[in-house]
Amino acid sequence: MIKSNNIVVIEPNKKLSNYWRELWGYKELFYYLAWRDIVVRYKQTVVGIAWSVVRPVITIVVFSVIFGKVAALPSEGIPYVILVTAATLPWQLFSTSLTESTNSLVNSAGIISKVYFPRLTIPLSSIVMCLVDFAISLVILAVLMIYYGVVPGIEMLMLPVFTLIAVLASFGVGLWFSALNVKYRDIKHIVPFIVQFGIYVSPVGFSSTVVPEKWRLLYSLNPMVGVIDGFRWAITGGKSFLYMPGLFLSLVVILVLLVTGFMYFRKTERTFVDVI
Amino acid sequence: MNIITVENISKKYVIRHQTNNFNTFRDVIGEKIKRLVGRGNDEGEREEFWALKDVSFDVKEGERVGIIGRNGAGKSTMLKLLSRITEPTEGRISIRGRVASLLEVGTGFHPELSGRENIFLNGAILGMKREEIKKKFDEIVDFAEVEKFLDTPVKRYSSGMYVRLAFAVAAHLEPEILMVDEVLAVGDAEFQKKCIGKMNDVSKAGRTILFVSHNMGAIEQLCSRTVVLRQGEKIFDGETQEGINIYLRKNEKVFSNEAEADLSNYPDRDSMGNTARINKIKLMSIAGQVTNEFKMGEDIAVEIETRFNETVKDPIFDLTVTNSIGQYISNIRSDWEGFHNHDSNGIVKTRIIFKNPPLTPGVYFLSPEVIRSITEGACLDIVHIPISFKILNNDITGFGSYTNWDSNKNINMHIKSDWS
Repeated sequence: MIKSNNIVVIEPNKKLSNYWRELWGYKELFYYLAWRDIVVRYKQTVVGIAWSVVRPVITIVVFSVIFGKVAALPSEGIPYVILVTAATLPWQLFSTSLTESTNSLVNSAGIISKVYFPRLTIPLSSIVMCLVDFAISLVILAVLMIYYGVVPGIEMLMLPVFTLIAVLASFGVGLWFSALNVKYRDIKHIVPFIVQFGIYVSPVGFSSTVVPEKWRLLYSLNPMVGVIDGFRWAITGGKSFLYMPGLFLSLVVILVLLVTGFMYFRKTERTFVDVI
Repeated sequence: MNIITVENISKKYVIRHQTNNFNTFRDVIGEKIKRLVGRGNDEGEREEFWALKDVSFDVKEGERVGIIGRNGAGKSTMLKLLSRITEPTEGRISIRGRVASLLEVGTGFHPELSGRENIFLNGAILGMKREEIKKKFDEIVDFAEVEKFLDTPVKRYSSGMYVRLAFAVAAHLEPEILMVDEVLAVGDAEFQKKCIGKMNDVSKAGRTILFVSHNMGAIEQLCSRTVVLRQGEKIFDGETQEGINIYLRKNEKVFSNEAEADLSNYPDRDSMGNTARINKIKLMSIAGQVTNEFKMGEDIAVEIETRFNETVKDPIFDLTVTNSIGQYISNIRSDWEGFHNHDSNGIVKTRIIFKNPPLTPGVYFLSPEVIRSITEGACLDIVHIPISFKILNNDITGFGSYTNWDSNKNINMHIKSDWS
């Protein structure tokens, strides 16, 4: 009768050596959870897909007017609207994935307390919907690029890489916050603050060359600085300046966030149910 | 061959008592800052609570084991540990084979999704592969009897349909070990029968079943072996009938030889806040003599004393009668009989007379309950099975005393009948 001979041992504080293999075994669950989020999202909202376009458009318009016209900040020789769009889209991706992943575990309390699976599946799957939104919003960029006659170069091929970096950045923070949010529910009130201030602290409405030279490395501690600079660089065909040490520092920060976030998540994962 | 080995399992919970209720905005902010700095009343009052203490048992391949015990005995915690939802504090469990645990039906059902979509989602959550769900899809739909509504969002389903669909998905899992918690407590009687039948099929196919329930009838039907837990400890492991007897005797030991019980410190209860508390229950003959033995057909007088700590407008008093294997026999409710005690406050004594109860000889249990109101339905206090009474044989028809011909059948009711 017994087909599988795998023995599961349940012990306190057991180190799961084949965690990644187990996670891979639950890829269908990951797929279904992501699919559910997408289906429900577009079923529940009236505007549906339009929503993924309207939100960034409003930000782009407001920022282009305030920073480009009113404050008249320098634009590195590219149309200001393009400069802002190239930053708004990855920022939106970062902020929505951060918000979604932070709330993901608490929102799934019902499933977590009744069924076992690697909990990492939940914040991971919550990000898929944000990527879909992001993909749709790329239409805005395409339209604007055609309108302003911005011709992309070979650098455009790096766009998926910078997208991945943006996702990893939000996931690094998201891992920490989702796990902390299970225990301290006020974390979810902190995230809107981060998102709200972050958009001004990050070079979304202005070029990062505005920041004085000597502060640039320090400024790049914000992982989104590298991502946004990278986006602008890729879209404008290398016209805008990509500050390599800064990008490297952003990557290091992201890596540290991911590793520590994962460790904290793993440590608290086994007892989520007792506190959720 | 052991398929599950549980060795010295213990589980500790830490309960934090939060004293402040965040009344003002300032409190909220202050508390938040304290939290962020890592102080706050997090370390306030902590209480340790052992949900399970040093429990060990083995389950062999193909065995059907029931786990029984009162509320808070640790049954559900045991199942949560076995299904890896949470980790033990001490001890070790090893399991061989694919496990499916069913702690609830319809876990992860999304109201906006259609029946069809939910079958796939729920199946995936329960650990089925997509191919497997596809293969079983028609069977699941058949079993749930929802084919007409497959593309309707489940939020428009009746509760019966919802439960049927949810159970159908779960019933078509094909694990080597199935762990089930109380799920049979849902749905109508016919559906429950279908579920037990399905679980019997599963076990006939040689699968191992672990079944947690309050329903002794279902345990009796399904399980050959029973583990009895009490306050986190294993007090019995063996043949089901004996286990059920021990479980029930444990209750009797606490109170049931008494016709009068002080419930103020009775542990097995569910209360909402501290609005009302049932303090005393007393059984008497109609003449006022305190007793818990009655002849068949004899009127039974019950007195309950409830303390209300705040005014409750028109509360409902309720007595649930259960039989010796824990099945529900009757609900006796004040509102159905037109009794009202408006603005209940302080000590309220209620006297109930069961008129000519149609119960057959045997032992019965009573669980008193106070509910806030018909419209709100909130249970203020329910005391589980604190008292029992015995119905003695009596020649009520004038044609000899009552006999239960088939003691395997649990017959609790006598309906008076005219024959011609």
